[in-house]
Amino acid sequence: MYNASDLKKGLKIQIDGAPWAITEFEFCKPGKGTALYRCKMKNMINGAGMEKTYRPTDKIEKPDLEEREVYYSYAEGDMYVFSDAETYEETRVHAEVLGDQTYFLIEDSLCKILFFNGQPIEISLPTFIEKVIAETEPGARGDTATNVMKPAKLDNGYEIMVPLFINEGDTVKVDTRTGEYAERVSKA
Amino acid sequence: MLQNKHNLTVPEADSGTVFRIPAASKLRLRAQLKKLMRDFFDERGFLEVETPVRIAGPAPEEYIDCIEAAGKFLRPSPELEMKVLLAHGFDRIYQFGPCFRADEHGWKHREEFIMLEYYMQQCSYRELMTFTTDLLTTALKKSVGQDHLTFHGTQIDLTAEPEVITVAEAFERYTNMDMFEADRQDRFDELMVCNIEPNLGNGRLTYLTDYPANRASLAQLSATDPTVAERWELYIAGVELANAYGELTNGAEQLARFEASRAFRRQRGAAEYGEPAAFNDVLRRNALPPCSGSALGFDRLVMIAADAEDISEILY
Repeated sequence: MYNASDLKKGLKIQIDGAPWAITEFEFCKPGKGTALYRCKMKNMINGAGMEKTYRPTDKIEKPDLEEREVYYSYAEGDMYVFSDAETYEETRVHAEVLGDQTYFLIEDSLCKILFFNGQPIEISLPTFIEKVIAETEPGARGDTATNVMKPAKLDNGYEIMVPLFINEGDTVKVDTRTGEYAERVSKA
Repeated sequence: MLQNKHNLTVPEADSGTVFRIPAASKLRLRAQLKKLMRDFFDERGFLEVETPVRIAGPAPEEYIDCIEAAGKFLRPSPELEMKVLLAHGFDRIYQFGPCFRADEHGWKHREEFIMLEYYMQQCSYRELMTFTTDLLTTALKKSVGQDHLTFHGTQIDLTAEPEVITVAEAFERYTNMDMFEADRQDRFDELMVCNIEPNLGNGRLTYLTDYPANRASLAQLSATDPTVAERWELYIAGVELANAYGELTNGAEQLARFEASRAFRRQRGAAEYGEPAAFNDVLRRNALPPCSGSALGFDRLVMIAADAEDISEILY
């Protein structure tokens, strides 16, 4: 259990059986009154937000969270299979948990899986991955500065905005945290 | 864009109090504010005093916890010792000095901070509002070089007549609960912090006044309405800056309130303090003269003048 005085930004707690991450925290103490710990938090499974105020005597549950290093192996229907970097034990993660991250999975890349009560709830991929541009219109010359990006598709169909100078067949770096273009690696 | 609600990026956990050296300009502003306030007091016949920082018997406040220091306690406020001076005939006194409160950490809290306390005999708590407005607006105007300041995006007009609102009115205006009902339901502090305080001191100074009698602390009850106490708090841009009382001079009543606070603290499992012997002596003789006093968080005032995001910007 955590005490209210342990609360701080970044701490992960458990409420009604769900894991929550504290995203904003403020210590308050109204004149002569009791200390209050105001938290804004995010549900680590469904992303829902919530505000909650704790008192000094409140006890808060600790979630059973464990992070493990894994290598991505292969996909099998809606399931994505990772193998533990130490034990080689396989973990199968449903596409729903990964969301658009499925576009950025690269075989044998080192990832991290966060487990809550033994269930995978969050995957961290390598921050940057390299992908080939499969489709994009040639960039129009002399376009205004307000339009320096154009749509493109990766070889797996993921749609991404890239600068005008990127052509089909170019290899680019993608930031897996935001899903956005980062830089060009090599020309076709 | 990435459609992934699961990939939370939460900043690394804070490591409690941040210690860093404030910018020279902030420290100069701090020194200047203090000097301007000292001048203000000195011109009005106040005597600057210093009282012990390590004391045996701090006032037993329900929710203020002291830090132990070699068999005594670091003072949470210089209140009791300054009142002993008042009883000994000093009629206008002030003190800038360090105070300590355990487990208070935040962007506007430090376990060690500088308090300004000032007391005046023959002065009602309402008159002390006028005095305080004068003190603060004079010092702030001179130190920021303008008639207004901006704190966290909120403009404060230093020439405007302050707002004075009772706690009862504030509960009526900003919450859907009567203040006594909030107290019965143990929601007073929460509503105060979440619903009321953000609305106070926007555009001008706000005095929140006449607290419920059970939150009188060391204030006397109102002669016209004994359900409330002669106590106010000053707010600027939602930040609580000062707490003031028309001081309770009835010794027996103050001793009884201390006893009640001690019982509350015991029930809370909080530490017990020694007796404030000199102050108890004043109380037993009913020797405290009619007076009002205010305790002002000096660091917070500097934060407001400097538009600081965190207390560490203005306090080493």
